[in-house]
Amino acid sequence: MTKNIMIVGVGGQGSLLASKLLGHLLLTQGYDVKVSEVHGMSQRGGSVVTYVRFGEKVYSPIIDKGQADFIVSFEKLEAARYVEYLKPEGRIVTNTQEIDPMPVITGAAVYPENLVDKMEKLGIAVDAMDCLALAEQAGSAKAVNIVLMGRLSRYFDIPVEKWEQAIEDCVPARFLELNKKAFALGRDYEA
Amino acid sequence: MKQLTLGNKALARGLYEAGCSVVSSYPGTPSTEVTEEAAKYDEIYCEWAPNEKVAMEVAFGACLAGKRAFCGMKHVGLNVAADPLFTCSYTGVNAGLVICVADDAGMHSSQNEQDSRHHAIAAKVPMLEPADSQEAYLFAKLAFTISEEFDTPVIIKMCTRVAHSQSIVDTAERVVPEIRTYEKNIAKYVMMPGNAIKRHPFVEERTRRLIAYGETAEVNRVEMGETGLGIITSSTSYQYAKEVFGEKASILKLGMINPLPVKLILDFAEKVDKLAIVEELDPIIENHCRQLGLEVTGKDVFPMEGEYSQNMVAEKLGVALSPVKSLEEALPGRPPVMCSGCPHRGLFYTLKQNKCTVLGDIGCYTLGAVAPLSAMDVTLCMGASISSIHGFNKALGEESEGRTVAVIGDSTFMHSGMTGLANIAYNQSNSTVIILDNSITGMTGHQQNPTTGYNIKGDPAGKINLEELCRALGFARVTVVDPYDLAECDRVIKQELAAAEPSVIISRRPCVLLKYVKHEKPLKVDCDKCVGCKSCMRLGCPSISMKDGKAVIDTTLCVGCGVCKQLCRFGALQSQE
Repeated sequence: MTKNIMIVGVGGQGSLLASKLLGHLLLTQGYDVKVSEVHGMSQRGGSVVTYVRFGEKVYSPIIDKGQADFIVSFEKLEAARYVEYLKPEGRIVTNTQEIDPMPVITGAAVYPENLVDKMEKLGIAVDAMDCLALAEQAGSAKAVNIVLMGRLSRYFDIPVEKWEQAIEDCVPARFLELNKKAFALGRDYEA
Repeated sequence: MKQLTLGNKALARGLYEAGCSVVSSYPGTPSTEVTEEAAKYDEIYCEWAPNEKVAMEVAFGACLAGKRAFCGMKHVGLNVAADPLFTCSYTGVNAGLVICVADDAGMHSSQNEQDSRHHAIAAKVPMLEPADSQEAYLFAKLAFTISEEFDTPVIIKMCTRVAHSQSIVDTAERVVPEIRTYEKNIAKYVMMPGNAIKRHPFVEERTRRLIAYGETAEVNRVEMGETGLGIITSSTSYQYAKEVFGEKASILKLGMINPLPVKLILDFAEKVDKLAIVEELDPIIENHCRQLGLEVTGKDVFPMEGEYSQNMVAEKLGVALSPVKSLEEALPGRPPVMCSGCPHRGLFYTLKQNKCTVLGDIGCYTLGAVAPLSAMDVTLCMGASISSIHGFNKALGEESEGRTVAVIGDSTFMHSGMTGLANIAYNQSNSTVIILDNSITGMTGHQQNPTTGYNIKGDPAGKINLEELCRALGFARVTVVDPYDLAECDRVIKQELAAAEPSVIISRRPCVLLKYVKHEKPLKVDCDKCVGCKSCMRLGCPSISMKDGKAVIDTTLCVGCGVCKQLCRFGALQSQE
C-alpha cells in the first residue's frame, strides 16, 4: 500500500530539505520511494508543493486529490489550499505562521480567518503549532522544516534514532545539534 | 549503488557512464540540473553557452572531433537550436551526439506548452522518452549507442515530472569509448545543396531502419495484463496508467517516441478489446495509430493542455473516484512574486510611475507584470523585447519613442538580445533599452553567464563588459543606474526617453539571493509616524503588509534594501543600525 505525504508552503521556506530528509529516511527503511518537486518560477514566493510517496512499488510521482495520508504545511493558508488532496482519514500537520499572499497585500483579498477551526469542522485531524517559535527556541527560525518533521515522526512506526540518523545524513554537521533540538521540540509538542 | 536520484541528475549520471566528454547547454527549467550535475564530474568538460543554438553547435563540433557530446535545454530552447538540429540530422555524427529537451506541460515555469515531439518528427531524428529516473539514466547511455549505430543525433525528451522527480537509480561505472578519429568527408559534412540532396535519402532510409529497430528493441515494451483494455502510453503518463490499472489493463509502453513502431502496435492492438492512448499535450501516438487504421480513444476524452495525473486517467477511462473533503470558501491565490529586496522592483516601480509602455522579456523580471506593479505590456520569447521595441517605434515613431522601453536581463541579453540591439543601431530607431543586470541567470537558479566573469564550475572565466559591448554596437548613450536609488532611476529614465538618439540603461545590482550579497537588518515601522497612506504598498514587496491601519514589516523576509523607505513621506519606515 503506497503512503502519501504532501509538503506544502511558500516558495523559499525550505520544503526541499524536508523532502530530502523524508526520501532518505524512507529509502533506508527499504521502501520504493518517489519525491516530486517543482523548480523555477513557482519558487519565487508562490505556492509550492512537494510530493513524497513510498511503499512496495510506487508508480506515479505525484499525489492526487483524496490521496494524501499527511499534509505537512509550512504556512496555514497553504494547508487549507490543499485540503482536497487529503484522504478522509488523513492528517494535517501545519505551522500556524501566516504569510500574506500578494492579493492580500494589495487589498484584492483578505487572509481567511479561523482556518484551523474550519478544517477541523470538516472532520480533519489537524496538528497546528507555532513552528516558527519552536524553531527559534531551538536556535534558528530556519529550522521550521525540522520542527514539522519532528511532529510528523509521531505517526510513523520508525524509531527516533532512524530519524535522527537521517537528519545527521542530510544537514551540515555544524547545524546538527540545533536540528536535533528542533526535531525533539516538534515531536514532543502537546497541542 | 541504489540512490534516490532526481531525473535530471540520473540523466547526467548516464552521460558520465557513457563516456560523454563535452557538454554545452543553456539553462532552462526543467532541464537545468542535467548540465549542473554533469559539471560535477571532472571527466566531463561542461559549459554554459550563451544560447541553445550555440550549445548545440558546440556539442556537434565535439562529436565531429570524435568525442561523445551532449547539450541540454528546455522545450522553447529547442526552437532556438532548431537550425543546427535540422541539418545535423543530415550530416549525422562522428562520435555520439545526444540532446536533451525538457517539456513543461502544466507550464510551471514556461511561456508556452509546446510538444517537443514535433521537432523530432520534423527533423527526422530519433527521440527517447524516459518515464522515471532509472530510465533517464539508462536512456542517456542507450542514446549514445543509437546515435553512433544509426549515424544520427538522438533527442531525449524529459518533462517536468520526470526531470524534477526523484526515484531510485542503480548506477554502474564509467566506460569511455575509443575516440573516433575525425576524418575529412566533404560529402557528409559540407551541407551545400549538391551534398545535402544526397544526404536526404540517407535520412529517410535511416528512419526506416529506426522503425525496424523500435519493433523489437527493449526500449518499447508490452506489459500484458487483462485484455479488455489496452493502453499505449509513454513517459509519466505510463506511471499514471499503471497506478490506476495495475494488471487490470495491458500496456504498451513506448520508450522511443520517434519514429513510432508499426508492427508492435498492430500486434498489441490485436490482443486487446479496446485501445486507449494516454499522452500529454498533442495526439502524436494517437494520430499514428489512426493512420494505421486503428480505432482508439484519446483526445476525444483527454485534454490537449496541462499535465495529466492518476485521477485524470481514472476519470477519463471510466474508473470511479472517491469524494473529497473541501472548504467552502474561496481562498486567496498565491502567485509567484519578485523576492524581498529584488533589485528589479525599484526599476519597475519607476517605469510604472512614468507610465511607460514596457516590452518585456524572459526571466524573473517577467514578474514585473504582476499587480500591483503591472509594469509590463508584452512578454514573448528570449530577446524579443529589444527586437519588438524597434518594430513598435518604427510603427508609431515619436508618438511611442518618448514613453516606451524594452527590459531584458543580463543572461537573456547575451542569449539573443545583442542581435536586436544591432538592428536598432543599424536601422536607426530612437529606442530605449534597459538591461536588468543582476549579475546572474536568476530564474533558473543562479547559473553563470558571459557577463558574470565565472564559468559553470564557479572558476574565473572571460567577462564581457556590457557597457563596452553596447558602445561597440553603436550606442553612444549608455548609462548605469542603481535600481535601489529611485530618484536616480527616475532621472535617468526621463533623460534617456527624452534623448534624440537610441540609448541603453544598465540597471545594475546583484540578485539579492546570491550568497555574496550582504543583507541589511530588516526595516522597522515607527507606528507613531505611520499614517497608513499605503504608499509603500505600491511596491508590491512581500515583506510589507497592513495591520490595523499601519504598515507591518515581516522581519523574516525583509532584507533591508530600503526602497520602501524612499516612498514614505512621514519617515515611518526606518533602517536599523
